[in-house]
Amino acid sequence: MIEKLGREFLFLVQQSGRMGIFLYHCLLNSLIPPHKLNAIIRQVYFIGTRSVVVILFTGTFTGMVLALQGYHNLRKFGSEDLLGSAVGLSLIQELGPVLTALMVIGRAGSAICAEIGIMRHSEQIDALECMGIDPYRFIMVPKFIAALIALPVLTFIFDVVGIFGGYLVGVIFMGVSEGSYFQGMYDSVNWTDVRLGMVKALIFGMLIVWIATFKGFFLHLDRSGTYGAEGVSHVTTDAVVMSSVIILASDYLIGSLLL
Amino acid sequence: MNELPDKIIEVRKLNTHYGPRHILKNVDLQVTRGEIMVIMGGSGSGKTTLMRNMLGLNKPSSGSIHLMGEEITGMTTRQLFELRRNLGVAFQGGALFSSLSVRENIQLPLKEHTRLDSKTMDIMCRLKLEVVNLAGFEDLMPSELSGGMVKRVALARAIIMDPKVLFFDEPSAGLDPVVSAELDELILKLRDALNMTIVVVTHELESAFRIADRITVLDEGNVLISASAEQVRFSDNERVQNLLNRRPRTDTLDADAYLNRLTGVD
Repeated sequence: MIEKLGREFLFLVQQSGRMGIFLYHCLLNSLIPPHKLNAIIRQVYFIGTRSVVVILFTGTFTGMVLALQGYHNLRKFGSEDLLGSAVGLSLIQELGPVLTALMVIGRAGSAICAEIGIMRHSEQIDALECMGIDPYRFIMVPKFIAALIALPVLTFIFDVVGIFGGYLVGVIFMGVSEGSYFQGMYDSVNWTDVRLGMVKALIFGMLIVWIATFKGFFLHLDRSGTYGAEGVSHVTTDAVVMSSVIILASDYLIGSLLL
Repeated sequence: MNELPDKIIEVRKLNTHYGPRHILKNVDLQVTRGEIMVIMGGSGSGKTTLMRNMLGLNKPSSGSIHLMGEEITGMTTRQLFELRRNLGVAFQGGALFSSLSVRENIQLPLKEHTRLDSKTMDIMCRLKLEVVNLAGFEDLMPSELSGGMVKRVALARAIIMDPKVLFFDEPSAGLDPVVSAELDELILKLRDALNMTIVVVTHELESAFRIADRITVLDEGNVLISASAEQVRFSDNERVQNLLNRRPRTDTLDADAYLNRLTGVD
């Protein structure tokens, strides 16, 4: 029992160290020019542009649900006029960045992890190293930079369509006045809230790519001992679960630090 | 890089482990400039591990590896990247990038390490594709190629920078005899025309004897023999002859060793 606990502890320390060194290499290389502009654009397209549709849908429905719930709860206190501020603050501070990140994990994070895992399995990463090409610069850096660009933009889109989803339900369906919806939002949401949302989006973007690329890159060191198709499936599942939990935990942490 | 030494690769007392398993045991190996060295042995004998150590992809537990006169076991990643620009490696499965076309795959080292214009790179790409008999295939994607074509594209990519040393992992694995023979001819042509030093890892006997200047036979992580192809063919070592004549192993089972293998104890 004690031996098992000790082994787990040692593994945890080793894995944390490996993750830290991996992140250090990724960030350091991200700061050193020259950068491959084409590769970054391709990744922005993959992580960002191709996530727009799903963000439009989830953003709209989240705003609609928020307005629906908010309206019924606020009506009990006769405060329907606060609907705009409730929807705006919830979206901009919390739900926008968190749900955008969760959508990107499902759509792009899993794909990034599987792609790099297959590259490891089929010796493509070894081939890069043998050609004298740094895999961190070639594979990881474009994805890191792209995520730092895409996540804030996607979060912004989520917030905007969410606010209009809330408008649709609150103003059009429930009859809250248009003026109080937008004026309430204008009065209560300030730049610190927007900044908080964007800081979260940036950090979440980094976390998603960090975990996805790390898990795929170290497929061969995965503790399950599986390799090949099963190994890739295992690390991909791991990456999705781990990044989802870490996003939610860091959401609380960032909120408690910045609010 | 300075003048190349006569001993392009020099491996001394190399030991490697995967977890508790001892893979290579005190391996000594020398590869001379301009020769084709074939590393031969059965499955699990440590051939690929030896090659990965010579490339600096794996770190050994002990021993030294001199590649083109430089000790690589203590090198930093940057130094290894620098040194590897003089190497070409063709992996067993080709390791082509599936999102890149044949042309983009072959040109990748040029784009990363040189400032050549795209026309020059196109010409160099076509030249290497001519060498591997695949001219005209540059716009295909790796998924559109057969197994033999993938290996030849991988070879073209490996030689695009005119490396001093070429490593080829299992060139014949999974190929029909005709394509396999074509690849053997290609390897000979590369040595003669470009004066490359070539290290081939294989378990195909016919192919090994056709191309090798010298052969190193590995068995369970030990070097059984490292000599010219003729000397290996007529070696009186029983294990070498078993391998050459495809005789199944008839060693008496050591109960302790067997149990240790099962439990993973060295």
